[in-house]
Amino acid sequence: MTDQRLGLDFRLPEGRKKKTTALNDGGTPSLMGIVIKIILLALLDAAMLFAVMVLITNQDYLFAGVVTLITVLVNWAFLKRGNLPLKYLLPGLIFLLVFQVFVVGYSAYIAFTNYGTMHNSDKPDAINALLLNGQTRVPEANVYPLSVVEGPDGQLGLIVTFTDEAGNEDVRVGQADQVFSPAVNPQFNSRGTAVSSEGFQELSFAQVVERQQEALRMKVYLEDSIESFFIMTPDASQAVTFRPRLDYNEELDTMTRVEDGKVFFDTGQGSYTAQDGEELAPGWRVVIGLENFNRAVTEEGIRGPLLRVTLWNFTFAILSVITTFTLGLGLAILFNDAKLRGQRWYRVAMILPYAFPGFLSAFVWRALMNEDFGFINQVLLGGAEVPWLTDELLAKVSILMVNLWLGFPYMFLITTGALQSIPDELMESARIDGATPWQQLRLIKLPLLLVSVAPLLITSFAFNFNNFSLIYLLTGGGPKDFDATINVGHSDILISMVYKIAFSTGEGRDFGLASAFSILIFFVVGTISYFSFRRTKTLEDVN
Amino acid sequence: MRDMTKEERKAYEAARANLTEERKMTFGRWARTKGWRHAIGLVVVVYALFPIVYVISGSVADATQFTSSFFSSFTLDNYRDLFNDPYRPYASWFVNTLFISGTAAIGSVFLSALAAYAFSRLRFTGRRAGLLTLILVQMFPQLLALVAIYALLVEIGKVFPLLGIGSRLALIMVYLGGALGANTYLMYGFFNTIPKELDEAAKIDGATHTQIFYGIILRLAAPILAVIGLLAFIGTSSDFILANIILTSPESRTLAVGLYMYVSDQFGQNWTVFAAGAVLAAIPIVALFLYLQKYIVSGLTGGAVKG
Repeated sequence: MTDQRLGLDFRLPEGRKKKTTALNDGGTPSLMGIVIKIILLALLDAAMLFAVMVLITNQDYLFAGVVTLITVLVNWAFLKRGNLPLKYLLPGLIFLLVFQVFVVGYSAYIAFTNYGTMHNSDKPDAINALLLNGQTRVPEANVYPLSVVEGPDGQLGLIVTFTDEAGNEDVRVGQADQVFSPAVNPQFNSRGTAVSSEGFQELSFAQVVERQQEALRMKVYLEDSIESFFIMTPDASQAVTFRPRLDYNEELDTMTRVEDGKVFFDTGQGSYTAQDGEELAPGWRVVIGLENFNRAVTEEGIRGPLLRVTLWNFTFAILSVITTFTLGLGLAILFNDAKLRGQRWYRVAMILPYAFPGFLSAFVWRALMNEDFGFINQVLLGGAEVPWLTDELLAKVSILMVNLWLGFPYMFLITTGALQSIPDELMESARIDGATPWQQLRLIKLPLLLVSVAPLLITSFAFNFNNFSLIYLLTGGGPKDFDATINVGHSDILISMVYKIAFSTGEGRDFGLASAFSILIFFVVGTISYFSFRRTKTLEDVN
Repeated sequence: MRDMTKEERKAYEAARANLTEERKMTFGRWARTKGWRHAIGLVVVVYALFPIVYVISGSVADATQFTSSFFSSFTLDNYRDLFNDPYRPYASWFVNTLFISGTAAIGSVFLSALAAYAFSRLRFTGRRAGLLTLILVQMFPQLLALVAIYALLVEIGKVFPLLGIGSRLALIMVYLGGALGANTYLMYGFFNTIPKELDEAAKIDGATHTQIFYGIILRLAAPILAVIGLLAFIGTSSDFILANIILTSPESRTLAVGLYMYVSDQFGQNWTVFAAGAVLAAIPIVALFLYLQKYIVSGLTGGAVKG
C-alpha cells in the first residue's frame, strides 16, 4: 500500500488491508443496491436468452454469438467486485457500440452486397416468394361450381363441388392460403352446388358483394406443398385452377417458366437469371464485392450525377459558411456598440430564426417560395411565376438564401461574443496610434476573431455538409435529374441522395448502392474531422 | 502626483471627448453615427421575422379567404381542425414527440453522466484513449449509417417485434446510441470542477461509489445536467431523418415527420391548418431556446449548429 501524496510506503495489517481494498472497490454496497442490480440483470438475461434462442432457431449464429458475448460481459462486469470503470461505462458504451460503431461496419458490409427491395432476404425466402407470386391458369383443368361461405372465425372460405372423371362428387372447403379439406355434411342448392357445410355458413348475394374484394383475392391450395396448384374465383361462383408461374427444379436449382419454357439459373449474383440476362424478381442477398463501387465509377447514369452532387455538396457547404459568417459578422460589428439603443430587441428578433425549429423553417420557406401560391411570387413580386424551387439553378440559390436566414443568427451570436472578448485597451491603443476604423477591423479585430471562431466555422461546415433536413424538406432534392439512372435531383447533396436511393418509395430501394455512397461521405467527414482534430485545443486539455 | 494645470486639463478633456465621442448630438450626426445602423437593423429584423409572422398569420387565417395579406382574417378554426383529423393525428404526434425526445434526453443525460463520472473520478488504463475516441466518434453523425440502422432494426424486429421498425422504443434506442459521443466530454469538464475532496470525505465516512455518484456528483451538477438534457431534447425533437425511416404508422409519428405529411400532399389546401400545427410545435422549442440562450451562446454545445 503506497500513500502517493506523502510518498510513504507502509504495510497495513491483513484485516485493514481487506477493508482498504473494499474501500477502493467502492465501499460495501447496500442491500437495496444489490437487490436492484440482481433484478435488472435477471430481466436482461431473460430477454437475451430468449433472443439467443430465437436467433439460433433462425440459424443466425453470428448475431446469436454477439448477443451471448455482450450478455456474458455485462454479467461479469456487474457481478464481480471492483471493475468500477466498466460498471459506469458499460451502459452507455453498449448503445454507442451497437447504434454508432457497429452500424458503421454494417454499412460497409451492406455496401458489398446487393441488399435492396429486389434482394431483401435469403434464397429459400426468394424461392418461396417466386413460387407464390407468379401464377398462371391451368388450361386443361375443369371449372367447378363454387360458393363463398363464412368460416367459424368470421373469415371467408370457398366451398367447391368437384367432380372426378367417373362423375363422383367431392365437396371440399378451405380458407385463404389453406389447403382444401373435405366438407362435412354439405348442403346443396337447387342446381346441385354445395352452399354450406358444418362450420361454414352460406352467405347471401348482398353479403358476397359487400366482401367481394376479399373473396376474389383468396387462394385455396389443393395440396400441402409450395408447388401446389390452387383454386381462385373470378366471380364468386366458378372455381378456376391456377398453378405457380414458375416450376422449381430442386436438383438442378433452376426455375422454368411454364408459359414459354424459359430456364433461369442461379448465377451467384443473387437472382435466377436466364441465358439472355432476364432476371426473376425477387432475388436474394449475396455479397457482390466491389460491384456497387464499380457501378458508381463506370455507369454513366450514376457517375455523372455522383460527381455533380459531390461538387454541389462542397459548394453548398462552403457558400453556406461564407454567407452566414459574412452577414453575421457584419451585423455583429454594426451592433457591437454599447451606446446603441434597443440592442436587446435587435438581438431577440435576430435570434428567433435560430430558435425556430429547423424543420419547420424549411416547411415555411417551402410555402413562401411556392411557384403558384407562394407569398414571394404572389405578393412581393406581384403575381410573378418564378420557379424558386423547381428550376435547376434557382433551387440551389433558394437553398442558400434559406440557409442564410437559418444560419446568420448563430454567426451573429458567436462573432458578437468573440468581438466582446477582444480587450478594449487593444482597440484604444490602435485608435491612439491613428488606425482608421477599417484598419482596426482588418488588422486587429478580424485576426483575433478568426482564431476563436475558426473551430466553430469548421463545425458549421461539417454540419452543413450533411444538412439533410434543409435540402430534403425544402426542395426534396429536386428538380429531378432525368439523365440519371438513379433517383437523384439537381439540388441533392450526398446524404439526401443516399436517403433517396435507400428509402424513396416508388422506385426500387437499393441499400447496397446507398451504403457505398455513405462510405464515401464517411471519408469526407473523416478528413474534415482529422483537420479540426489537429487544430482543436481540447485535445491538450485531456489528461 | 501634481494636479494638472488649467490648460492641461482642458487639453485632456478635449482629447477624451474626441476619443469617446461625447460631443453634442445633432440629428445629422445621429444619422451618420447611429441612425444608419438602426435603419439596417430594421431591415434585418423584417428579414428575420417575416417568415415567422407569415406562419402565425396563416394559422389564424380563414382558409377560404386566406389571400396574401397578413392578419386579414381571424379564426381559431385551424387549431380546431388540427385536432379533429383522423388521418393526421396531431395530438398523438405531439405526445410522441414529448415522449420520445423526453425519454431520449433523460436517458442520454444519465448514460453520459455515468460515463463522465468514470472518466472524471476513476483512474484506469485506456482512460485518455477512451476520451479521445469519444471526441472522434462525436464528429460522425449517426445519420451517415442510416441504411445500416434501418437494416439492423429490421433484424432486431425479427426477434423482438416490439423493438423493430415502427417502434418508438427502437427510435429512442437509436438516439441513445448517440448519447455518449454527444455529452460525455462536456459533462466530464463539469464534473472535474466539483472538488475531489468532497467525495474523498464521503468515502472516508463510508459512502459507496453509488452514493457518491447519486448523492454528491449528480446533486451538485443537477442544474447543468438539466440544461444539457433540455438541449438534447431540442435536438432530438427536430430530428427528421431517423424518425422518418423508423416510425411507419401515422399514430407513432413525431411532429417533424407528421407535419411533413401536410407538406408532401396538397400543401395549398392545408396551408392554414399546417400553420396552426407549426405554431403549436414551435412554441415550446422557441421558449426553451430563448430560456437557454446564454448557455447556447456561451459555447456549451461545443459549437454545435442546430438543425
